[in-house]
Amino acid sequence: MTPINEIQNAHTISVLVDNEPGVLARVIGLFAGRGYNIESLTVAEVDVTENYSRITIVTSGTPMIIEQIKAQLGRLVPVHGVNDLTVEGPHVERELALVKVRGVGEKRVESLRIADIFRARAVDSTNESFIFEIVGDTGKLNAFIELMRPLGLVDVSRTGIAAISRGTGVLE
Amino acid sequence: MTKEQMNGAQILLKALSDQGVEVIFGYPGGAVLPIYDEIFKQNKIRHVLVRQEGGAVHAAEGYARSTGKVGVVLVTSGPGATNAVTGLLDAMMDSIPLVCICGQVPTHLIGNDAFQEADTTGITRPCTKHNYLIKDVDDLSRRVHEAFLVARSGRPGPVVIDLPKDVAMGKADTPYLPPAKVVHKSYKPQIKGDIKKIEEAVKIMASAKRPIIYAGGGVINSGPAASQLLTQLVHATEFPCTLTLMGLGAFPASDKQFVGMLGMHGTYEANMAMHDCDVMVCIGARFDDRVTGRLDAFSPNSRKIHIDIDPSSINKNIRVELGIVGDVGHVLEDMIKIWKSGQNRADAAALKSWWKQIDKWRGRKSLSYAHDDSIIKPQYAVERLYELTKKREEVYITTEVGQHQMWAAQHFHFDKPNHWLTSGGLGTMGYGLPAAMGVQIAHPDALVVDIAGEASILMNIQEMATLIQYRLPVKVFILNNQYMGMVRQWQELLHGGRYAESYMDALPDFVKLAEAFGGVGLRAEKVSQLDDVINEMVATDRPVIVDVAVDQKENVFPMIPSGAAHNEMIFGTDDKSDNPISEEGMVLV
Repeated sequence: MTPINEIQNAHTISVLVDNEPGVLARVIGLFAGRGYNIESLTVAEVDVTENYSRITIVTSGTPMIIEQIKAQLGRLVPVHGVNDLTVEGPHVERELALVKVRGVGEKRVESLRIADIFRARAVDSTNESFIFEIVGDTGKLNAFIELMRPLGLVDVSRTGIAAISRGTGVLE
Repeated sequence: MTKEQMNGAQILLKALSDQGVEVIFGYPGGAVLPIYDEIFKQNKIRHVLVRQEGGAVHAAEGYARSTGKVGVVLVTSGPGATNAVTGLLDAMMDSIPLVCICGQVPTHLIGNDAFQEADTTGITRPCTKHNYLIKDVDDLSRRVHEAFLVARSGRPGPVVIDLPKDVAMGKADTPYLPPAKVVHKSYKPQIKGDIKKIEEAVKIMASAKRPIIYAGGGVINSGPAASQLLTQLVHATEFPCTLTLMGLGAFPASDKQFVGMLGMHGTYEANMAMHDCDVMVCIGARFDDRVTGRLDAFSPNSRKIHIDIDPSSINKNIRVELGIVGDVGHVLEDMIKIWKSGQNRADAAALKSWWKQIDKWRGRKSLSYAHDDSIIKPQYAVERLYELTKKREEVYITTEVGQHQMWAAQHFHFDKPNHWLTSGGLGTMGYGLPAAMGVQIAHPDALVVDIAGEASILMNIQEMATLIQYRLPVKVFILNNQYMGMVRQWQELLHGGRYAESYMDALPDFVKLAEAFGGVGLRAEKVSQLDDVINEMVATDRPVIVDVAVDQKENVFPMIPSGAAHNEMIFGTDDKSDNPISEEGMVLV
């Protein structure tokens, strides 16, 4: 029995799967069917010759739930390996966002200035708008978006988190 | 046509034959016509034509559960596949190995809302262990062999192969792949248990003063050898042993170390021993809510060891101290070796007083009921069925779902695995008759009895026609109380006796119904008729429906009410006032 007061923590889980039709549906269906959270989900093919895709999921739950999520993922037939980056040691997490800001005058200048501080790049520009591309961890992206909000933020598109372990170690 | 250039249907039949398939339970339709054409042209694999696809899946479950082999189902696209869904989930919940081949509309029509099209892989994804949509005939042989591997190994389960009609008719360019050539890249269930953990488990077991072994269907799935090993372990340790509903037969019911089934309608001694034990060894069971009762009051003072082939079963509902992932048979073998080599023994004096306590609980005789000469008690009917058939070599019992299922589990006793077939996890009414059909196909000379209720039996009664067609002498033993008994029991206990829609009005005359199908109908209304009717049923070499008119008011006891703990059992209807069921309990199913 899970004590009610047990703390829910966010975990970044990396899942290596066969790149076959329906594999993402299996993973998402598992989360939906068993009532687990998905805070972020990223998926792309990572090895063309072996036909592997990597799914990176950020989820949250008590330690018992996280353990259960990993076991449930592990028993899906096309899954090769499940790594909990949050507990397995230091890792790098990155996310990319495209942020569209509409405005003129001082606000427009201010948005450029802040973008510069955040090392965001303008990838599209009109007289009345910018699209900034920003890469970083979730916290940095959130901070940038919040600062853009009063400056004419109109659209955000984010990739979700891609993650990998630090050092020489290799994920399963 | 060269030998290599088989079409999809031919490849499928060859692959099934190479997998040792003897029988397919199925129902034809447009999308599977090419496969049926190939079935027509060969004599190796037998096809059993059911009357509804749901029946085919349960029949395959019965076949699989009673033989340990993979059950095979063949249905058409759309409604054929959707009718199979309940059976697939039933097999998933109870870990029954099945391969279900579904026809599909041709690949170029998929997604066009074609006639009899359904997104079968989408629909069956959460109720199968795995599923495949075959889009290229060159993949077919590999996928079929993979499907059998996945279905039978690890924690067994159902696998669906969705086969579009054009793939079944298309010719393959690449040669047929035999089973031996198929290796799975990612699917590798852990079979051997971690020896260090097994040693640790033995240490904990040897330190026990009030131990219990709690075993389940995983022991049966691991094969008959695992049941023997379980018996050896129980004897070597001198621990008491309880079994789940799915595990009945894994340890002999006649053994003096057996304390009966546990859980909601388990024995008082089994549940009290679970509650008060200090070491619990769970072997191939999964702490289902029907077993645990209230989670936060479940066996509060025990150190728990859990052996299971499925890592996701460990720490799912109940946190255990030691989880051992592996096949029960392999782990038990190692465990017995280590137990014996280390001269391990639990504290003899403590064990003796523990057994004394268990005998005290046994003295409560929790399965007893008030026998009445004027009316047939359902428990008495099951008892007589057991007494009058126990000398026979092979007796298989299937059940539907409800009160009769629990009475069968309580009062019919199993000394061997694979002889008791019931829908445990999903609780599917209508399971028993088709499952019995599958058992009888696999064991033509055995006595196969479906202990049924009058409500459940009507859910798949059409399979009587299949029994007649294939001369399968299955016996249907109906405990007829004219109610959906378990629904009525809960309405009585939880809803003030307001029996909403649980009375079975307008029941058919089951004797005439049996005759209408071409079988034999018998009826017992008085206690004095019961033995004769059972004897006549057993002696009849044809399908029989026995309609036993039983006491309408009888309820299943003992019972752990919803939301209660193992040590809060009630023993009869009068007991309920002392233990009012909490709001929380009422929400539970």
